[in-house]
Amino acid sequence: MADTLTRTEPPEAKTAPAPTVIADAVDIVYRVHGAGTATGRGAATAALGRILRRHRDGQERGVRTVHAVRNVSFTARRGEAIGLIGTNGSGKSTLLKAVAGLLPVERGRIYTDGQPSLLGVNAALMNDLTGERNVHLGGLAMGMSRAQIRERYRQIVDFSGIDDKGDFISLPMRTYSSGMAARLRFAIGSAKDHDVLLIDEALATGDRSFQKRSESRIRELRERAGTVFLVSHNNKSIRDTCDRVLWLEHGELRLDGPTAEVMREYERFTGGRA
Amino acid sequence: MRQVLLDELPATPSGPPGPPGPRGLSTPADSRPAAESAADLAARHGLTVSGARPTLPAYVRRLWHRRHFITAFATAKLTAQYSQAKLGQLWQIMTPLLNAAVYYVIFGVLMNTKRGVPDYVPFLVTGVFVFTFTQQSVMAGTRAISGSLGLVRALHFPRAALPLSYCLQQLQQLLFSLCALVAILLAFGVPPTASWLLAVPALTLQFTFNAGLALVMARLGAQTPDIAQLMPFVLRTWMYASGVMWSIDTVLKDRHLPHALTVLLEANPAAVYIDLMRFALIDSFHANRLPDHVWAWATGWALLAGVGGFIYFWKAEETYGRG
Repeated sequence: MADTLTRTEPPEAKTAPAPTVIADAVDIVYRVHGAGTATGRGAATAALGRILRRHRDGQERGVRTVHAVRNVSFTARRGEAIGLIGTNGSGKSTLLKAVAGLLPVERGRIYTDGQPSLLGVNAALMNDLTGERNVHLGGLAMGMSRAQIRERYRQIVDFSGIDDKGDFISLPMRTYSSGMAARLRFAIGSAKDHDVLLIDEALATGDRSFQKRSESRIRELRERAGTVFLVSHNNKSIRDTCDRVLWLEHGELRLDGPTAEVMREYERFTGGRA
Repeated sequence: MRQVLLDELPATPSGPPGPPGPRGLSTPADSRPAAESAADLAARHGLTVSGARPTLPAYVRRLWHRRHFITAFATAKLTAQYSQAKLGQLWQIMTPLLNAAVYYVIFGVLMNTKRGVPDYVPFLVTGVFVFTFTQQSVMAGTRAISGSLGLVRALHFPRAALPLSYCLQQLQQLLFSLCALVAILLAFGVPPTASWLLAVPALTLQFTFNAGLALVMARLGAQTPDIAQLMPFVLRTWMYASGVMWSIDTVLKDRHLPHALTVLLEANPAAVYIDLMRFALIDSFHANRLPDHVWAWATGWALLAGVGGFIYFWKAEETYGRG
């Protein structure tokens, strides 16, 4: 790409904070099984065909690869809030998952300080349980101790605003409105202090007042934690929360720099404010 | 939680950054050479490779750290099961009771079968409950990873927590079944004796065996989800061979089967654990009906499956939920 403006990393000043995440020439490749046939995965004949073909030429033909991230390098430091931007399918979420250690890298390495964690406990929560029990379950799933959960329980419930309209926390989560459930999930997920926090479009949930509260919560987490990564299509929330932005396009790192500069280029690229 | 896993990285002395490598004469003003590699920078600050498999002792420590999650997840699954039913948690005890009632009606009343076994209904119900414990643990284990991919892909925890939690849920379920079983035993005039206490070591060994088997199946099921479709047939075959509905020793007494088959039938772990529970709970099930060295078999199977299964599962820890 001719107009790549990626700058070389500035020489480390003596006062530069310690690095928390180092990506070293990272490539990520997805393997999709059962793709690439016209009939798709569902058809039994297609599955049979795949097996037969594999037998004949001795290699896996039903597997397609998707090169999601190409040769991305960056160093994130303590105290930074880094936005990840790019058009749909540019590899932002994939890169985030790899930083979290939840996806393998094809080439290169990702080094991290401690265990970076994705914000979100949705998968650990159960709709049939009460909000109260979900707070405990979610906290334990994130690795908090029982004492920590007890200590922060009130805070989590107050922040979610679930009890503002009556005693909803003692009702099963399936009775919540989608907004209420999203607020409780965010409140649980952000209750833990993280060394490196990874947020994927989490700010889009809840009503306007809750969005404001979650933005300030992110700022708090950022002050207490090491580093925050934020994936978002909302340019305003990137501007409000991040001081550095990585711009990915087609899996390549197109630009890495201060928020204002990168966002200006990005908006020129996408054609106006998104 | 900072772990040192950098076997592959060049050993760099931690502490104040010194001039790395053989080029020791770099300018002292700039503390690092301009072209310090990412690996050196990472090593200097104690950063570790993301998503690498911990050592076995570290893995056990992390799992222990998550013990409250394991128990909370098991209990949550158990309670969520009947939360939509009007009778709620009453079903925990009603389900095994109804199960036993079906067996009583079919075998005890309609067929009036004894098959040369005294106290046939308690004999049968004990067998069904004990085998169901292993069967359900194996089934839940097979789906433990492949059925919880959302959880595995979103959160960090030792993945063994999932199959272990599912086994714990089955143990809780079995304890409810045992309450029903005690009611049945008393109803059929089986007197409570001190030997009932033997159920505790027998169940402990069976739980260890189940957990190990569930861990093995969890790894296999994570790699090939199709196994979950196959398992019900394997498990049903296993049930018919395990003397749930017939007495192995009675059958063996009458016939002259090849020695290998006899050993196979008697050493079958499911049969071993079923017979131990029958021996513990049913007064008329005497020690002479147990195969030789039955406690040794029970312990051996538990250790083999428990330790082997755990190590086998841990070996693929970094691959779960990927691809």
